[in-house]
Amino acid sequence: MKSLRVLAAAAALLVAGWFAASCGGDSETLTVYSGRTQSLVQPVLDAFAAETGIDVRVRYGETAEMAATILEEGGNSPADVFFAQDAGALGALAREGRLAVLPQEQLDRVAAHFRSREGVWVGVSGRARVVAYNTENVDPEELPDSILDFTDPAWRGRIGWAPTNGSFQSFVTALRVIEGEDVARAWLEGIKANDPVDYANNTAALEAVANGEVDVAFINHYYLLQFLAERGESFGARNYYIKGQDSGALVNAAGVAVLRTAKHADEAEQLVEFLLSEEAQQYFAETTYEYPLSAGVPADPRLVPLSELATPDIDLGDLADLEGTLDLLRATEVLP
Amino acid sequence: MAILTIGGRRTVDVPVGLLGVSMVVAGAMLLPLAYLIVRVAGAGVLWDEISATATREALVRTVVLAAGVTCAATAIAVPLAWLTVRTDLPVRGVWAVVFALPLAVPSYVGAFAFVGALGPRGMLQGALEPLGVDRLPAIYGFWGAWATLTLFTFPYVLLPVRAALRNMDRSFEEAARGLGAGGLETFFRVTLPQLRPAVAAGALLVALYALSDFGAVSILRFDSLTRVIYVRYTSSFDRSSAAALALLLVALSLVIVAIEGSTRGRGRYHAGTRHEAARVVALGWWRWPALACCAAVAAASLVLPLSVMGYWLARGIDAGQSMSFVRETAFNSVYASVLGAALTVAAALPVALLAVRHPGPVSSTIEKITYSGFALPGITIALALVFFAARYATPVYQTLGLLVFAYAVRFLPEAVGACRSALLQVNPNGEQAARGLGRGRAYVFARVTLPQMLPGLSGGAMLVFLTAMKELPATLILSPFGFDTLATQIWHSTTEARFGQAALPALILVAVSSVPMALTMLRDEKAR
Repeated sequence: MKSLRVLAAAAALLVAGWFAASCGGDSETLTVYSGRTQSLVQPVLDAFAAETGIDVRVRYGETAEMAATILEEGGNSPADVFFAQDAGALGALAREGRLAVLPQEQLDRVAAHFRSREGVWVGVSGRARVVAYNTENVDPEELPDSILDFTDPAWRGRIGWAPTNGSFQSFVTALRVIEGEDVARAWLEGIKANDPVDYANNTAALEAVANGEVDVAFINHYYLLQFLAERGESFGARNYYIKGQDSGALVNAAGVAVLRTAKHADEAEQLVEFLLSEEAQQYFAETTYEYPLSAGVPADPRLVPLSELATPDIDLGDLADLEGTLDLLRATEVLP
Repeated sequence: MAILTIGGRRTVDVPVGLLGVSMVVAGAMLLPLAYLIVRVAGAGVLWDEISATATREALVRTVVLAAGVTCAATAIAVPLAWLTVRTDLPVRGVWAVVFALPLAVPSYVGAFAFVGALGPRGMLQGALEPLGVDRLPAIYGFWGAWATLTLFTFPYVLLPVRAALRNMDRSFEEAARGLGAGGLETFFRVTLPQLRPAVAAGALLVALYALSDFGAVSILRFDSLTRVIYVRYTSSFDRSSAAALALLLVALSLVIVAIEGSTRGRGRYHAGTRHEAARVVALGWWRWPALACCAAVAAASLVLPLSVMGYWLARGIDAGQSMSFVRETAFNSVYASVLGAALTVAAALPVALLAVRHPGPVSSTIEKITYSGFALPGITIALALVFFAARYATPVYQTLGLLVFAYAVRFLPEAVGACRSALLQVNPNGEQAARGLGRGRAYVFARVTLPQMLPGLSGGAMLVFLTAMKELPATLILSPFGFDTLATQIWHSTTEARFGQAALPALILVAVSSVPMALTMLRDEKAR
């Protein structure tokens, strides 16, 4: 009988614990949906929580997944803030009318190019598209000026990419916007014909480039500096910047937005403020090696300065048709 | 007491409370599937999705994978079972334990180990580099997924076949030999047919596992249905397509269950009353190739993954990676799985009680419904619950409760099975005597029935606990804010190619599941 009583006590404890756990997200907690990875973002959010005393809970996922989740949840969404890898997903939510207008003085701290025209999202850090190449197998001289030229059969079996990644999808949207639907489709089909290797994300793709699994990968610029810091100069990959002012040289912005349905709008605004502050910008410059976009913080000196990149001349707000890009990626069987 | 009249023919008396609770459990079981059907029907996309070429291709890939894994697992398991039961293979008992242990390795851990060891630039390539080997043939795609799933599922066939071989009545075989049949002929014409039910039961589990596996196929980049569903879920705005494919996966599972049911046939094999140990075949010179085969299977399914994880762990520690996160993730895993096991057994109890003590069409229908969890892949349950909770059950949305509920739906069949057999061993006379002494139903259950069921129940709870610890897709999709478990930690680390961080959680998972399994197997072997 004793074992029964122990069992009952254990059950009661479990139920109590469950309730405690379920109610953990109480009303004072700021809820962030992040399309950026935990290892890059959590330290900043922890610093924000420590400074303001505001509890932050974060849901991590792919940028498109988080955007779709917010749409799925509709008015019930627990999210207060959406922190996206790229402008495309933010634009998609803006189009659906899901984002609140930010205070003008916050918007003004970032160059017009890196924020929403309607004032519903603001860029936090800049990231350039690059072609990472294996230093042993590839001579940077043989790399083409335009991303479009990688459909050349000479690159068969040598390309890695990460089609589920938000930055990649934003790049494809830019390709559609700049070159038109047909060119974008032809490019995707052309790369597909070169048997590219799919990676789950940019980190895995760059690792594969470095150890020679593939020769090049289409990723963002800052992963390389992270790996160099971890593994030293012998790391077997480097970045190549596309010279052709096409979408292969796009500079995108990881950005932040407050949801229209946010239950903690004040705290959300404070988080946006914090992300634009010198302290956070310094973190993005020194730890994630992105381009800081506000507070006059300089980028890592090893990076090509933002002003010297051959960025195509488009408005990041025009990259909102993420849905159209996802449809195209499925139609070309880049995504299953 | 309710008197139920079914079809005007049969009356059954059932306590109303028990019936009510059981019906609630059955209803909760059906909820995810029902909602998915409603959602897909509402979006009107089912037919478009099913007729799409991409879907057809994914379907074919999935079926080919499941069939290939099932055949290969059977082809490995039956000879190994025979060797370890019927021959004088050296250290038979050790092999028996060794061949059960691959079940303790989650398929995604196995996949991660294979990529680490045999990937195009993995450990093996590194070792061969001085010999001029630049890269190995890619293990990604069908063959990698097929080999991995085979190596970690064959015990599902091996265990029932071993049991069948041991309990088989030897008189049939002796009669065949007496009538002049040779050893091989006897095996194929007498022994093998008698093993059919055991093989079919094991093969069913393997096929369902291969169909619903998400982690291994994803890591090995094979686009079977589960991976397609997940990618569509994470990278489409319209998630109806993922929902439609999830329904397709359920339909496929049901087809497999039906096929297994029909192969069982109407034939019955009765064991005689004589229980003599079957004749042991002397292997003679053949023992050496037999040992080599056993060693090869053990090397591939146990030694390789364990040493790869050990290697990555050592490398991670060398590189100064912090392992402190593991304490929290391990706690989370245990916590969620304990809750899952508790809820599952609590839900299974009334169903089993109803089925065993009050048999009839209603209780058997309820019991059958609870078995439907078998054919519900984790990813399907997860999607259904996310969709449902995001719209209609926001208070539980993104809470631990929802994840625990998903575990209960997924693993209820295991727990009902365990409760059922525990209850069958309780003599109802004791209960009737207590009732006769004027005690109420609840009192009798708590003081007489339940204490006797406890060993069986705790076995069932253990089983659910262990499977929940390893569960990946539902945990990945449903776990609440900031709630990392060992399984999701392994997943995130491997997708970022940070193998050093995946090694320790993987080793812990394997250790936690293998210890109880090894102890049970050893006890069984000693008992013989």
